[in-house]
This record gives sequence, C-alpha cells and structure tokens, in this order.
Amino acid sequence: MELSGSQMVIEALRRENVSVVFGYPGGAIMNVYDEVYKQDYFQHILVKHEQAAIHAADGYARSSGDVGVAFVTSGPGFTNAVTGLATAYMDSIPMVVISGQVPITMIGTDAFQEIDAVGISRPCVKHNYLVKDVKDLPRILKEAFYIAKSGRPGPVHVDIPKDVTAHIGKFEYPETIKMQTYKPTYKGNVRQIKKAVEAIANAKRPVLYIGGGAINSNASEVVREFAKITGIPAVETLMARGVMGDENPLLLGMLGMHGCYSANMAMSEADIMIAFGPRFDDRVTGKLSEFAKHAKIIHIDIDPSSIGKIVPIDYPIVGDLKNVVQGMIPLAKEKVDSSKYKSWRDLLNRYNEIHPLKYDDSDDVIKPQWVIERVGELLDGDAFITTDVGQHQMWTAQFYPFSFPRQFVTSGGLGTMGFGLPAAIGVKRAFPHKTSINFTGDGSILMNIQELMTAVEAKTPVINIILNNKFLGMVRQWQTFFYDKRYSSTDIQVQPDFVKLVESFGGVGYRVTTKEEFDTALQDAIKSNKVAMIDVQVDRLENVLPMVPAGGTLYNMMLEYKE
Amino acid sequence: MENIRRVLSVIVLNEDGVLSRISGLFAGRGYNIDSLTVAPVPNTNLSRLTIVTSGNQRVLEQIVKQLHKLIPTYKVIESAEFVEKEMALVKIPLNEDFNGLDAMLKAYNGTIANSGENFIVVMVADDSKRVDNFLKAIKKYNPIEMVRGGSVALDV
Repeated sequence: MELSGSQMVIEALRRENVSVVFGYPGGAIMNVYDEVYKQDYFQHILVKHEQAAIHAADGYARSSGDVGVAFVTSGPGFTNAVTGLATAYMDSIPMVVISGQVPITMIGTDAFQEIDAVGISRPCVKHNYLVKDVKDLPRILKEAFYIAKSGRPGPVHVDIPKDVTAHIGKFEYPETIKMQTYKPTYKGNVRQIKKAVEAIANAKRPVLYIGGGAINSNASEVVREFAKITGIPAVETLMARGVMGDENPLLLGMLGMHGCYSANMAMSEADIMIAFGPRFDDRVTGKLSEFAKHAKIIHIDIDPSSIGKIVPIDYPIVGDLKNVVQGMIPLAKEKVDSSKYKSWRDLLNRYNEIHPLKYDDSDDVIKPQWVIERVGELLDGDAFITTDVGQHQMWTAQFYPFSFPRQFVTSGGLGTMGFGLPAAIGVKRAFPHKTSINFTGDGSILMNIQELMTAVEAKTPVINIILNNKFLGMVRQWQTFFYDKRYSSTDIQVQPDFVKLVESFGGVGYRVTTKEEFDTALQDAIKSNKVAMIDVQVDRLENVLPMVPAGGTLYNMMLEYKE
Repeated sequence: MENIRRVLSVIVLNEDGVLSRISGLFAGRGYNIDSLTVAPVPNTNLSRLTIVTSGNQRVLEQIVKQLHKLIPTYKVIESAEFVEKEMALVKIPLNEDFNGLDAMLKAYNGTIANSGENFIVVMVADDSKRVDNFLKAIKKYNPIEMVRGGSVALDV
C-alpha cells in the first residue's frame, strides 16, 4: 500500500486502536491535520495550549492504561509540549507525541518555527525519533507505541519534518516487533523470588512499600492478595494511592513527607521492606542514612536502573511486578505464617490510634480537608480524581477515600502545576460516564485556565473544586515554618471572579463559603452535566500535616505546628 | 566511597543522535567522562564507544545501568580485563637536538609519523598512564603541539 507520510500516521493510529488524539495544529504539521480531517477512526480534541494536549493525553493514559496520543506543531508548539513530556516521563506514563518539524531541506537553517526538538526532548522522554525518510515511518511509529507501553512505560516523541509527511512510501506496518537492542525483562528470577519469600518468612516486622509500578503493571489485585495471605501491613506512595483500597485493614496509608505517622513508623521500625515498584523518591525517604535502617530490602522493579539507585538492595528482583508477585503468592502461602505478624500489626494500629491523620474542623470557616472528605462521602466510589500540585494535592492524597487503582491522577515526580484541568479532561474522555473531579488550588488553576474552553467544546464536563486560600499555599506553609513568615510572592488576594470566569467559557460556577453551600454546589454541578468550577473559600492558613521537613527523618515527624 | 577509574565499552546501534544520547546522559546525571572514542564496528549496524569514566562503586553501577536503559544500547562491557591503548601525536620543531628521541619513541611503541621542512610529527600508542609519562618526557624537545586520542579498549 502506497501512502503519504501523513496518511501513514493516521493508518498507524488506527492499527494501534487509538480512539482520541489531543492536539493543536500549525504550519509544520498541517499535512497530518489535513488527513485528520478526512478520517473518522479517532476523535481529535483541540486544546487551547500544547502543554494541555500532553497533560490531557497523560490523564487519558493514567486513567485507562492505554497509550495517550498528542499532536503538536514545530517550534513553539513543541516547546510548549515539553513540560507535559517531562511530567509523563517522571511518572512513567505511556504516551506517543508526534510533532511537526520544518522540512528536512531547511533543518539547521534557523527556519521559521524551527527548533532542535529531539535535542530538547531527549532527557525528558523514554525515546525519541527524528524521521528522515518516509520509508522508516511505519517502523518508527510501531516502535514508538511498543516502547511507550512496554517495560517501564514512558512517553515517546516522534518528530516528523513537513516534507516527510508529504512524501509517498510503501506502508508496511509490522504486526509484531522485535528490537535488536531493547528487550525488557518481565519474568523475575525464580531463585531470587524464592530467597525473597524465605527472607519474609523469617522476618518479624515486614512492611509492603507500594509504588507507582503497581499501577503501571496492573498489579493491584495480586498485591492485595499477597497482603491478605501474608497479613503484611502496607504503605502506599502518592503514585500508588488506590492500589490497596482505603478500606483495606492492612493499609496504613500514604508514607513520606506528608504521610501518616503509622506508615512512616512502619518503614522506620520494619526488619524487612518489600518494595513493590517504588523508586525511593526523596519526598518518601527523608534523610537517607536514617531511612529504614533496620530493614533488609526486597526491591521488585521492571527497570534495573531503579534498583540500587538510591539505597542498597539486599534482594533485587528485575521483572514485571504482577508477574513476580504472582510467583511469590504460592511460595508465601506455603511459608509465611500471617499470625506471626499480629503483634507488629497491633503496634502499627496503635500508632494510628495515637496519631491518626486529623484536622481541627471548624464551624466558622471551611477547612480544605473537610471539602475533600465531603466529596468522598457525597460521591459514589467510582469517581475519578485528578489534582494540581500543592497543599490541595497532599490533602487529597491524605483524605480522599480511594478505592481502586488509576482512580487518582496526579503529577508526582515533576510536580506540575496546571496539570489537573487538562488531565481531568483526558480522564473524562476515557470514562465519559464517570464523574471527573479536579481538586485544585487558586494558584494552580490559573496555570492552564484556558482549557475550560476545551472542556466545554469537547463536552467533557469536569468539575473543578478550587480550595481557595488566596495563597500559593504550599510555598506559604514553608515560608511560615522556615522563613519567619516572610510571604514572598505567595499572597495572591487579587483574583478573578472564578464564577463569572467559568460562566464566560460556557460552564457553571459556584462560590462557596459554608458547608451547606458546598453540598448544594457539588450536587448541582453533577446534575448540570456542565463544566463546573466550585470556588471554595477555605481557611487561609491551614497547613499540611504531619510533615517530615526536607532532609528530616521519617520517624521524627512534625505532628502539629505551634507558633 | 573511593573514586575508581573505569573503562567501559558500549556497543550501540549506529544511528543518528546516539552519541548525543550517551553524552547527554553523562552530562545530565553529572557523571564524568575522562575520554570517549567512537567508531563503527566493521560489517555491522553497530558502533563501539570506549568511555573512560570515574566515580564511586554506586555511581559506576548506575552509569552501566543507565547506559543499558538507552534504547539503542546493545551491550555494555565492563570487564576489568581490558587491553587498553591510547595514541598521541606530537609536533616537534626541526631545530631541536634529537639526541635520544629514537630510544624514547621505541620505549613507548612510537615512531616518526611525518617529517616536514620545519618540524617532525611523532606518534606513540601505549597505556594511558604511559602516554602521560611520554608527554612529560617529550617536553625536553620543546614540542609545538600535542594531541591525544582517548582510550580504545578490548576486553580479554
């Protein structure tokens, strides 16, 4: 079959069962957009800024598990997309991003809208390609999808010069793929698995440390089963919220800088840590020399470079988490006696009773944590939750009752403000019949506010709940604790009227100052089936607690803040 | 932890941009490159890079893993047993007294590579450390210019 480069892109997407592409046209990618116009295999959602195209594809990928796809043009179109690529790369999200490039004959001449796109994307993608010959395009697109979703997932960037999109070539799309140099390991080493289970059986205070790998590997079910048969208490990272389900009695909660006391104490007092696909982020470990210092560590990860990167590992197992845990379960049934850990579980539960996650509710002012808990009460358990970045993100991770994997969509590694709204659009597109809530802050929401228009136009009625404290709250909190309350550039009392703002885009808005108003607003927003913004005026000076100050130790948390 | 010198042979697909992926990896993660040479492996679609680097044990382990993680990387050889050679060229003015030069060149597997009207060019090929020594010793002939090639290595 002879096709133009542009037609090849469309045909490849069809064969990869892509149902939606987020993007923004421009000069260098016009040939591709011309073919987008002619086809009806997939929907194209026009965003208002390229960064949002990538975040929307990212939200789609995180919630559905499928590869997210986005189109952008050359030059500024691509540079706008970079934050999105870096966000997806840090959290290992499968995505294929196709950018236009100036014609090959003009590359290197500083042409209009020319930038060295693959040079820029290289450190923030899993792999990238500059397509120099149309005959390579089918293979490259096949590889791009394969690389994005296999092994440790990640974004792949394909830069296609304009003349290549016009050139005609033979289209042979490989059914299967075998790459000479890229062969991820899925099966764990059997002997290592056996040794690890024996170490667990001999331990007295084991803890499961669950990371984002459990989501990427779709391992939630087997992880829950492993926990259940062994009776081992579990902690989740920000990226793993939802893996165990918050009603699971073995889940202590989130660990790390704003983790709960019992989770951090479990890590500090454990004699063996079973790491299911986390990456020992500094926001999790605190001071490394004190991190889990009594524990032997089993680390299961599909990425060998993740193992031993931060802390030395006693039992490294390279492989797909689901596959490895499936292998561990029969051995654990045979060897591990869950009653042996009863006193350990009792101790951790006691920690939880002494220092539970808490906040002082008030009748005079709405507490942000109350809003999050209340949304959890009012919605059935199958709503999807996205967030932006800051205090509201941590409160959501702490107080929202997550019940299933992929329910929580948040930018963890890169911590990208402006992620929430476009990501929520991607989530809503993946699950049109589910509620898509974006918890955001009055700082974050303004970073990609233009996407309200996308949401209205694409009929993806997402509900934005602004926990509005008229501060860049997380920075303000650090200024309170560590900078003698010098609120440098964080006091942002000059704000738009968020109600009028969303109305001008064609959505519905609510300004909420009491708890009763909030209940009404949320129910009304859901009923309206429109893009909604609920501007909740919350306590301005509420802090995210508990807290391990940067460089502090997990077992020495700041439980409350006293002036 | 102690700083260790390490020679790595990295076999990669010989494709556009592969060198920038490798050098970018070292720059982005703050690893050292003491020297780097690259050339195609005959009769294949592969290239061999010889990278001399240094770092503590943990860093060296990460370097190897990160190199493996690059999609075009075929193999990373980190054998402790390498035959390692480096070449150097030195330009010396003709008005010097060359007494003893022949003996010195012989000691470092060297030879006179070219002789012109105003200067000669000598070359040596030897272990990196010995090339260091040679370049010190050759100073007595007041060299005009010196260039060294970076290590190449084969595991044995």
